[in-house]
Amino acid sequence: MSYLLNSNDILQTIQMIDQQHLDVRTITMGLSLLDCADPDLSVCCRRIYDKICKRAARLVETGTQIEKEFGIPIVNRRISVTPIALAAAACKTDTYVPIAQALDRAAAEVGVNFIGGFSALVQKGSARSDEILMRSVPEALAVTERVCASINVGSTKAGINMDAVAESGRIVKKTAELTADRDGLGCSKLVIFCNAVEDNPFMAGAFHGPGEPECVINVGVSGPGVIHHALEECIGQRFDVVAETIKRTAFKVTRMGQLVAQEASRRLDVPFGIVDLSLAPTPAVGDSVARILEAMGLECCGTHGTTAALALLNDAVKKGGVMASSHVGGLSGAFIPVSEDEGMIAAAESGCLTLEKLEAMTCVCSVGLDMIAVPGDTSAETISAIIADEAAIGMINNKTTACRLIPAPGKTVGDTVHIGGLFGDAPVMAVNPASSEAFIRRGGRIPAPIHSLRN
Amino acid sequence: MKAIVSVFARDRKGIIAYVTGLLAEKDINVLDISQTLMQEYFAMIMLVDLKDCPLSFDELSQYLAERGEELGLSIHIQRQDIFDAMHRV
Repeated sequence: MSYLLNSNDILQTIQMIDQQHLDVRTITMGLSLLDCADPDLSVCCRRIYDKICKRAARLVETGTQIEKEFGIPIVNRRISVTPIALAAAACKTDTYVPIAQALDRAAAEVGVNFIGGFSALVQKGSARSDEILMRSVPEALAVTERVCASINVGSTKAGINMDAVAESGRIVKKTAELTADRDGLGCSKLVIFCNAVEDNPFMAGAFHGPGEPECVINVGVSGPGVIHHALEECIGQRFDVVAETIKRTAFKVTRMGQLVAQEASRRLDVPFGIVDLSLAPTPAVGDSVARILEAMGLECCGTHGTTAALALLNDAVKKGGVMASSHVGGLSGAFIPVSEDEGMIAAAESGCLTLEKLEAMTCVCSVGLDMIAVPGDTSAETISAIIADEAAIGMINNKTTACRLIPAPGKTVGDTVHIGGLFGDAPVMAVNPASSEAFIRRGGRIPAPIHSLRN
Repeated sequence: MKAIVSVFARDRKGIIAYVTGLLAEKDINVLDISQTLMQEYFAMIMLVDLKDCPLSFDELSQYLAERGEELGLSIHIQRQDIFDAMHRV
């Protein structure tokens, strides 16, 4: 139409936003809390609260301004902080629950829905503060609303800390028990990682890594609906066309994220960190990663071919997005959280999508076994063993993997766990009934893998 | 600042006159205009210059939405940068 713009392009953007759920999923401010350390726990809490309230005071308002001016929905504004096991290590205390409460109050004060970083990095071993943090996780998640916790139990460089894996299984169980009245809601705010990244803007696994600057803006884009719509235009075409279509679409989505990130960074006077090019589904119809896989020709997500479809999708999203942003980071790829994805829920309910298939899918997707409800009577050792399997996939393949499992108290296969909101509903999936107890009881470390002789 | 105004409605007489009237009232210059019919729906896209507009972006956005509704039109305004970012390398 004009010397500047093509009306078809404009209509396409408007349709993406209006009909295909295109949005910026989160603007996340990463904030270092290392200078809040104090031997006195209450002083440390006060410093943390004050710093967050001061630095993030304009975060929500700025997001809203950008949303209005550009006409792009920005779903969440969030904060990630230095892992509390580091920030609070100097405190003379045996619990970090008061710090979680300070984080929760600060998040409420500045108006963000989640704050991530109640975390410990224990891939090689636990310091005293890591142990305190891990012990504090179940109660912290039960008594706070907005705090998210994570534990990194392994890495490609360090191997897997099997003591931490064993402990993590018990933490997940305890967290579910303490939030039993809400179907184990606490577990949806707890991620057990291998190869955790320091600049992830997505919850529940976000924290502000020790290698990060003082304060930074990271943006997570989304857009499963947009990719799905684009693929509907190439039914029956060869995979070359499918990959190209995803790349082109991912490019456009990421450019929008980059624009929002730069604007937010400029207005808040905080450096821009990264854009995370993730396809993050929501429970809304038309915003599903599973439906993209099905649009490639699978009758139901979870059937044979699903892993290959996901591998293509994950890779094409990255290839399309990388050129669209000056700095790409975070988890970048396709998320496959079961409860947060309408198509995954349907596939799991129909029995086509099983835990074993999901594990295979995590070898090629961006993260791992995410938002999966398992029977409430699943033992801590079995949960630890699932975590160990997932960590092994991450360690060997040099990628981030994670577990966010919900052993919903009182629920069993066939039941549905109602977590609500963005977390959605999860059908309880069967776990293997054979015991892994003696395996988990061993403890120690699984050594880091060799990096030659790769077969 | 330049912005894109998009108007969607069931087709009828006088839409362009009405919308350009609203813009002129707020001292907004139309730089370019394009319209198309999608089935019985009318879609109009305008590139406008806001440099003399006395309203803030928020106020203008609300004004256009409200005045549009009076005639059954859906009127949105967005900064041009978003379209540039998404469709130009």
